[in-house]
Amino acid sequence: MNTGFIRTIGRVNFIAILIILALAVAVPYGNLVAPPTSLVYVPDYMVALLGKFLTYAMLAVSLNLVWGYGGILSLGHGAFFALGGYVMGMYLMRQIGDRGVYSNPILPDFMVFLNWKELPWFWWGFDQFWFAALMIVLVPGLLAFVFGWFAFRSRVSGVYLSIITQAMTYALLLAFFRNDMGFGGNNGLTDFKDILGFNLQSQETRATLFALSAVFLAGFLLLVAWITTSRYGKLLVATRDAESRTRFLGYRPERVKLFVWTLSAMMAGIAGALYVPQIGIINPGEFAPANSIEVVIWAAVGGRGTILGPVVGAFLVNGGKSWFTGLFPEFWLFVLGALFVLTTLYLPKGIIGTVKGFWQARNARKQSQKDADVPKDTSRPATVEAPAE
Amino acid sequence: MFVRLVTAILMIVAVFVSPLLAQENALRPIIGEFAAAKKFSAVALVIDRLAATGDPRVAVPLRALSAGKLKFRKSDNAVFIVEQSGDQIILNDPLTGKPASGESVASTSDLKKVKIKNSLRRKIDTALSGLTLKSKSTVVRLQAAQTIFAASDASALTALDAALESEKDPVVREAFLDARASALLTSSADTAEKIKAVNRITARGDQPALALLSTLQTSAPAELKLAIDEGIDEIKAGLQLWSSAQNIWYGISLGSVLLLAAIGLAITFGVMGVINMAHGEMVMLGAYTTFVVQEAIRTSAPALFDYSLLIALPLAFLVSATVGLLMERGLIRHLYGRPLETLLATWGVSLILQQTIRTIFGPTNREVGNPSWMSGAFELGQMSITWNRLWIVVFAFAVFAVLYFILNRSALGLDMRAVTQNRRMAAAMGIRTPWVDAMTFALGSGIAGVAGVALSQIDNVSPNLGQSYIIDSFLVVVFGGVGNLWGTLVGAMSLGIVNKFLEPYAGAVLGKIFILVLIILFIQKRPRGLFALKGRAVES
Repeated sequence: MNTGFIRTIGRVNFIAILIILALAVAVPYGNLVAPPTSLVYVPDYMVALLGKFLTYAMLAVSLNLVWGYGGILSLGHGAFFALGGYVMGMYLMRQIGDRGVYSNPILPDFMVFLNWKELPWFWWGFDQFWFAALMIVLVPGLLAFVFGWFAFRSRVSGVYLSIITQAMTYALLLAFFRNDMGFGGNNGLTDFKDILGFNLQSQETRATLFALSAVFLAGFLLLVAWITTSRYGKLLVATRDAESRTRFLGYRPERVKLFVWTLSAMMAGIAGALYVPQIGIINPGEFAPANSIEVVIWAAVGGRGTILGPVVGAFLVNGGKSWFTGLFPEFWLFVLGALFVLTTLYLPKGIIGTVKGFWQARNARKQSQKDADVPKDTSRPATVEAPAE
Repeated sequence: MFVRLVTAILMIVAVFVSPLLAQENALRPIIGEFAAAKKFSAVALVIDRLAATGDPRVAVPLRALSAGKLKFRKSDNAVFIVEQSGDQIILNDPLTGKPASGESVASTSDLKKVKIKNSLRRKIDTALSGLTLKSKSTVVRLQAAQTIFAASDASALTALDAALESEKDPVVREAFLDARASALLTSSADTAEKIKAVNRITARGDQPALALLSTLQTSAPAELKLAIDEGIDEIKAGLQLWSSAQNIWYGISLGSVLLLAAIGLAITFGVMGVINMAHGEMVMLGAYTTFVVQEAIRTSAPALFDYSLLIALPLAFLVSATVGLLMERGLIRHLYGRPLETLLATWGVSLILQQTIRTIFGPTNREVGNPSWMSGAFELGQMSITWNRLWIVVFAFAVFAVLYFILNRSALGLDMRAVTQNRRMAAAMGIRTPWVDAMTFALGSGIAGVAGVALSQIDNVSPNLGQSYIIDSFLVVVFGGVGNLWGTLVGAMSLGIVNKFLEPYAGAVLGKIFILVLIILFIQKRPRGLFALKGRAVES
């Protein structure tokens, strides 16, 4: 690995990616090999919890890609996450085979219960893992592509776009609640038995899923780092900061946005697909608009427009949520609400962004002390933000 | 034939002399004759004689007879209404239905049932409705007319004619005439008269009329059948029209709910470009204010309950406007020019408000009562309109009118419009834009609170009340276009009506999904809504 690569993605980011990859090994080791008395022992529930956080972090990373770098505030990213989850859920349902309550070798239990006679066409092929894996990226990707193609072409942006993304996930929420949709209605898909022949309840499978999530998260971070430092990434940021100017320079902002939007939806789908086997259920509640907005706050707390921010935010907010709802369930919404308010007011760049700002300022000071005759650093790009009023 | 003739004569006579016959001791001997009636025809004769008295009290023995409970004692031919519970046999007076004191029988074998069959039961029903036609209560008379109308019973004709002569109430009279037309159709009247009757029934144009004509359709002779067919088509067309009208009404009703929920949002979004995600919670605060006001009234001044909503209105406005003002001063003004951050911060506020209400009032639904002038329903033609919906429609339009007035005729409204159109120019002209912003936000929030008072009447008052409206309100505002009240009005009404027209075909949920998709597509076409504000300042 050459230093050029490390410099491209940033030293801190590189270390963070290494840490995540280390976790992919260390946590399964701590869970499977280490004796319960050991310091590095990781109990089962911790593996499940951390695994869940990892998929949340992946979702936050995907949202950050469109919001932090593309300026598209999606209030419907939970929809892509849930779609990926449903695709995985459909595969897992088919794997149950005749071990369901009604012992029907083809139809999932809820279809037997609804008196359906044969498998609907959109369930075809989901007994094959390769097909399901393809669909995990294709379904959210296709929805995002169609949605984005319409939206960006007619220059819907800002809060309007946010609202229609919210309407999108709301419409899907209502749709998936219907029994006729063929996705288990209210109860969703659950009672999964195994994945690729491995028992989902076994410690080893769960540890493997955890490791997979960590590897995927690391991959996502690399991908984001690579995209944002590429020429395309510069164009993306330019579109975010001055869309009209970018257009007048001869670029096509709608294409720039459509690419990142679709890619981000696919990433969210993968996150959802890794989430479902670890949680063991997927239901329409995942489409709730409130869930999608919560994802935004993960990215915002950690620092949008930074590579690591969403990961830090997802872990901090969800860790806080687990801790708080255990101790004072009444107060979690107060805390979450306050997080939204305080982050936007006092920490607009998020934790990582603010720390980065301090770091850069310190370095700049050192630099200016070193060569005192050089005037103060003016090369820092001015932040392009709409002036107040 | 002879019996019938006699019956008819007796009935006609009875109508005139009934006040004389309506004596208790005159009724008892007739009831006693049941014991001697060994054949069905004889029983029928007694029934007719009872009916001919025109005394409503004969309903008791006749109903008992119909139910097979009218029996007589073999030993002395005394007639009773017999109730059996287990081994016990209770003998009731045949006229009053109350237990007859001092009378008893050893076993059921001592009693003999008065013969009854279905044709006699029908006869009794008709006779009873003939009696009820002359009841003192208008409601009973109307009901009787409807029964005859539905049954199309020719034997009720004479009773109807008699009742018509003495009927003064115009509404009941119309009902009697309808019933008479219905009865005519099964009688032996000539075809011309029957066609007239069909026309009259057609003119009613409601569901019972359609049902009646449909049952008669098959058995009618050719000439009459033609008239009936025409009548059926006409009624069907009419009913179709009414059902459309009903749908439009439901749509307007839903639209006015949307209008109430969205209009405050339209103002804050239109003037300030602020997406207030806590708008739904302002509505919720209004609803909870109503709850608190009603609780206070219940405990201290129950007589004022009917005015509770009127008292709650200004209070809800104040509560929500104050919260809105605090939000604007404390939070939103720091975020101007950053709409996405405003959206997130106000979402945070909405979570806090929800949890606050949940902590204070508990997570369950709270009971908010309807004042008496808002309960019940009335009929308009073939549609039914509930008072609370009607008042909410009226209220929504009133709120719209007041806001329209404020925006177009008041000094604050002038400032608001100036700021909407060109903020910097307005500031240059000496308008204190921060103050206008604060007032606008307070006004928009206050209106949401007022909406909450109205919505507390038709929706569950729970901490989640606001959440259920927020997405719909956004869609209305986005659909209608910002900065224009008319846009909000048209947006709310068209969404409401389209939604209600889709519901029968697609079901409530699919209809809603369809609307969402429609709006998403619509925004592609017109990104700034139906009534987009035109001008240089709009392009950001």
